[in-house]
Amino acid sequence: MKPPPFKYLAARTLDEAIDALACSDGEAKVLAGGQSLVPMLNFRLLEPAWLVDINRIPGLDGIQDAAGSLHIGALTRHKTTENAPLIADAFPIVTAAMSHVAHFGVRNRGTIGGSLAHADPAAELPMLAMLLDASITTQSGKGKRTIAAKDFFRGSLATALEPTEILTAVTLPKLPPATGWSFEEISRRPGDFAVAAVAVTITQQGGRCTDARIALAGVGATPIRFPQAERTLIGQTIDAAMANAAAAIVRDQCEPQSDLQGSADYRRHLVGHLVARGIDVAAGARS
Amino acid sequence: MSESAHIRVTVNGSPIECDVEPRMLLGDFLRTTLALTGTHFGCEHGVCGACTVIVNGDSTRSCLMFAVQADGGTVETVESLGTIDALHPLQEAFRTHHALQCGYCTPGMLMTALDLIRKRPLANDAEIRDGLSGNLCRCTGYQNIVIAVREAAKVIRASNL
Ligand SMILES: Cc1cc2nc3c(=O)[nH]c(=O)nc-3n(C[C@H](O)[C@H](O)[C@H](O)COP(=O)(O)OP(=O)(O)OC[C@H]3O[C@@H](n4cnc5c(N)ncnc54)[C@H](O)[C@@H]3O)c2cc1C
Ligand code: FES
Ligand code: FES
Repeated sequence: MKPPPFKYLAARTLDEAIDALACSDGEAKVLAGGQSLVPMLNFRLLEPAWLVDINRIPGLDGIQDAAGSLHIGALTRHKTTENAPLIADAFPIVTAAMSHVAHFGVRNRGTIGGSLAHADPAAELPMLAMLLDASITTQSGKGKRTIAAKDFFRGSLATALEPTEILTAVTLPKLPPATGWSFEEISRRPGDFAVAAVAVTITQQGGRCTDARIALAGVGATPIRFPQAERTLIGQTIDAAMANAAAAIVRDQCEPQSDLQGSADYRRHLVGHLVARGIDVAAGARS
Repeated sequence: MSESAHIRVTVNGSPIECDVEPRMLLGDFLRTTLALTGTHFGCEHGVCGACTVIVNGDSTRSCLMFAVQADGGTVETVESLGTIDALHPLQEAFRTHHALQCGYCTPGMLMTALDLIRKRPLANDAEIRDGLSGNLCRCTGYQNIVIAVREAAKVIRASNL
């Protein structure tokens, strides 16, 4: 339960961190909040030659309002995201979800960039990145890239990030006006990873749905959207029957796994109920 | 980039300067290098909260942070609270309300509670339970811990400690 030896660099600038990653031949890991990486080191699931600590790089954290979107620096701690008025204003669904991300003390250190790069299939922030059509900005010796959330999550704990790349920010395009939302999560204990979590937004105009989004976490290897179920809602007046029909599609299409937290059948059952309730709440919660 | 790092850190008000191996966890540094054995390791992978200390004003799991990362910062451990003869109000409340049995989780509970009392209104027991949800106790059943934190918060706020 003690980490293996590694060499350590507390990078002072982004360039210094990028250079260190470039020189490390893929043998370096970025250290952000350490709330997922250090447990893996303590278990010796990883033995990187180098840790490149990005905690002292100025300007890598913070939330900015920029032309129709919010721009969140990778090093923004969960506690900041949880309490930021800019987030509560534009994305109350994110504020609501943050209280499900681990616990008080873990949120003091954990970062949004770390959550996205770690890509735990049951984590809330990757699911919200999918729901909100986030784009993820990275930087390496080869330059900058912007990756759409739907192309970023590749599998359980697997992303489109190269070993020499640093995730620098995530951009969330603001939702249209008259968008209602809902966040539902079932976990074994408060603050634990989700057995199943569902996030829904519904935009309505003149009593009809003009945009619908449904995302799941904890069910399958990556966070996932359900375009077919979303499409059945668009153009419709949403009532309980519509919500149930869309939820049935999600329930049939999802590919839950069995593990110690719950069986695949149990997860599928939860998904049906949570999606139906989520659509109901999102359609009625705000207009 | 080096094999061993020189750090300066203020622990419970005292400036400390020494060399550490980068892989040394902050909790091991406190316990073995500084002989501050009040901080307990339970799980060593972030789930139990027993190792919680306050780093630069934030409660932090000392099994998930390296000592080298505390360079230039401040650390508060359970030893910074009270003494046997003059308990801190939180410790006094834990004693009065029987909020500990074996005591293994207690240092982490105290340091988390201190951070919560400093930062959150703790207007009701649900808020206290939410704040302490990352700290596990195998003995008490939590109820008395919640009571102790509620009562300590009143005392601490009344006396501006
Ligand atoms: C007890 C406990 C309960 C938890 N429960 C939850 C939960 O319910 N939901 C949840 O979502 N999370 C949970 N977490 C995880 C927590 O949210 C972590 O903070 C998060 O997963 C990782 O963020 P970090 O900043 O700590 O990253 P680190 O641990 O520092 O890094 C994680 C991984 O991402 C890489 N990385 C980090 N930052 C970057 C970057 N900027 N660029 C490139 N790579 C990077 C690292 O190299 C590493 O591979 C829990 C953690 C604990 C200890
Ligand atoms: S020992 Fe650090 S959380 Fe359990
Ligand atoms: S008092 Fe024994 S673990 Fe809490």
